[in-house]
Amino acid sequence: MAETPAEQVKRRQRKVLEVRNLRVHYETPTGDVIAVAGIDFDLYDGETLGLVGESGSGKSTAAYGILKLVQPPGRIVDGDVTLDGDELVHMSDSNFRQIRWTKLALIPQGAMNSLNPTMRVHRQITDAIEAHEGKQDKETLRERVLELFRMVGLPQRVYNMFPHELSGGMKQRVCIAMGIALHPTVVIADESTSALDVVVQRVVAQTMLRVKQALGVSMIMIGHDMGLMAQMVDRIAVMYAGKLVEVAPVETIFDEPMHPYSQVLIESIPSLKERKPLKITEGITHDPRNPPPGCIFQLRCPYVMERCRSDAPPLRELLARHEVACHLYNDDGSLIEDATMEAAS
Amino acid sequence: MAPPVLEIRNATKVYRTSGGFLSPKKEVVALQDYSLTIDREPASITTIAGESGSGKTTLANVVLGFTPLTSGQILFHGQDLATMNRRQLLHYRRNVQAVFQDPFGVYNPFYRIEHVFHTVIRHFKLADSESQMRDMIEEALNVVGLHGVDVLRKYPHQLSGGQRQRIMMARVYLIKPEVIVADEPVSMVDASLRAAILEAMLGLRDELGVSFLYITHDLSTAYQVGDRINILYQGSVAETGTTVQVIDQPQHPYVQLLVESVPAPDPSEKWDTEIELPDEEVLRSATSTGCRFYPRCPQRMDRCLEALPPLYDIDGRGHEAACYLYEDEAQMAPAP
Repeated sequence: MAETPAEQVKRRQRKVLEVRNLRVHYETPTGDVIAVAGIDFDLYDGETLGLVGESGSGKSTAAYGILKLVQPPGRIVDGDVTLDGDELVHMSDSNFRQIRWTKLALIPQGAMNSLNPTMRVHRQITDAIEAHEGKQDKETLRERVLELFRMVGLPQRVYNMFPHELSGGMKQRVCIAMGIALHPTVVIADESTSALDVVVQRVVAQTMLRVKQALGVSMIMIGHDMGLMAQMVDRIAVMYAGKLVEVAPVETIFDEPMHPYSQVLIESIPSLKERKPLKITEGITHDPRNPPPGCIFQLRCPYVMERCRSDAPPLRELLARHEVACHLYNDDGSLIEDATMEAAS
Repeated sequence: MAPPVLEIRNATKVYRTSGGFLSPKKEVVALQDYSLTIDREPASITTIAGESGSGKTTLANVVLGFTPLTSGQILFHGQDLATMNRRQLLHYRRNVQAVFQDPFGVYNPFYRIEHVFHTVIRHFKLADSESQMRDMIEEALNVVGLHGVDVLRKYPHQLSGGQRQRIMMARVYLIKPEVIVADEPVSMVDASLRAAILEAMLGLRDELGVSFLYITHDLSTAYQVGDRINILYQGSVAETGTTVQVIDQPQHPYVQLLVESVPAPDPSEKWDTEIELPDEEVLRSATSTGCRFYPRCPQRMDRCLEALPPLYDIDGRGHEAACYLYEDEAQMAPAP
């Protein structure tokens, strides 16, 4: 039964996932690479949050941190992740295994490599179900798998196929089917459509939207395609060099980005509507082992001030539901007086 | 009139598998009867776009001479690539240069960036003295928006993907080729850094008169920099014209679907239609005689199964689509 708008609003105010000060480092011989440098965000019930940033910004590592899938030499250094009241980071592995798939599921990047090539498709899904719910009657399982197939738009014959017999789009749907098999509360989709051709990508993206709607799951979508984000998510969290620099509703990010990096990101989206002059930004970034004191964006920021080189700006809620980490703004969201914004026009 | 810089005539490339103990021999037509002309003046950026398997990388490989054509010709200033002798081939390779997708794999990590330039200058004997060499390198770097002091003494891993790709462009600038085949040059580079590479391409075109074959799956970057566009579908051209014509007013049903599928970077313009894909086997059984798009086409006719539709001129200004829908209203495009 469809919920009323009032019910939906109420549900949307409930936090299902709270991430606090999550830090993930990768150990290297010359010092730790700080991939995720202490991030905080919430995921509300039924919403889709887009986590965007360029390669190396730590967006995938953050997701793997939440899922406790960070592999050595990486490790979670600090932080708390709370899912529906359960604290995840310090939970024992055996307890966490119960939560994986049933409450927190991953739809991986590059479905090509995430399916077992020696197992038929249905076995991969039923294995996951049985691992959590115990042995089940074959017919029941078959019905469940076929129901999942219907949801993600896979034909029945895929049931007995091997992964190599499927196209990229179909493999991606199998991964979506596995992700939702146990009705998780939160699904994390890591660049789930980025390896697909644009037409197939659109079809898979539609499938994900439909499935999300039908099951009412909350979702974190990781990606770098701003076009896809505009179509699919409710809120966007922009990540740069391991930090969140801006979190806001998707319309706000596109219409009025406040952080200088978000502005660059939005301006550099190529459009099919108009040919506009190319907006060039320099790409010098700092050594991730040894970030400079102060703001992480100072080396590329067109508005950099003295203060940015010494104090790191915290993520502050400047406007309603709009958090920004930048010294350019006062607490009420207005520009500070001595801001040099001439480059902005 | 002088012959065009590069002319591809009815190029066809068929890959054959030899067949094994139980698997039958198979033929895959990667490129079918493909023609393209790049004129000497003015220099231009021609985009070759299409999805995976459309033949765009095969096209790059045959133009760069990595693999021979099954039939058809590639003419460079009127001379056939297949009949060139060693010296002519060297000349061809110098004048048709490549920039590849991966700006990480093309560098030797043990050498500093300057090594890339020194090698190419020595190999092609471009400079007579050290100081001339230094000036040449600085000039080339400036064209792509870099400075020698910033990058030359660095190692590849110290630069961003965008900078490495621009250094490849600068290297190519030193050789001053007539044509650059750029195979997905921006797809591995972060969005905020792509503009600088595209700008470098525009710079080479306008200042040096280099023409580009810009091979990509990304229509939006093509829309920003491309002059003409060729959209391939399973080895043959579905539609061609100026980039703006084709993307603003796509005519071929496949191109319409393609343009429609690009997600609009605007949250106030959400998708309001659903796109369906037919079953896999329907696609794989695509006819070898008729239109390749037949199984997916919403406007298919019996006619489409008979033969591959030729390119029909839509507007008399070089906008052509390979679709029988335009047979009546258009004159057939004159053979090249």
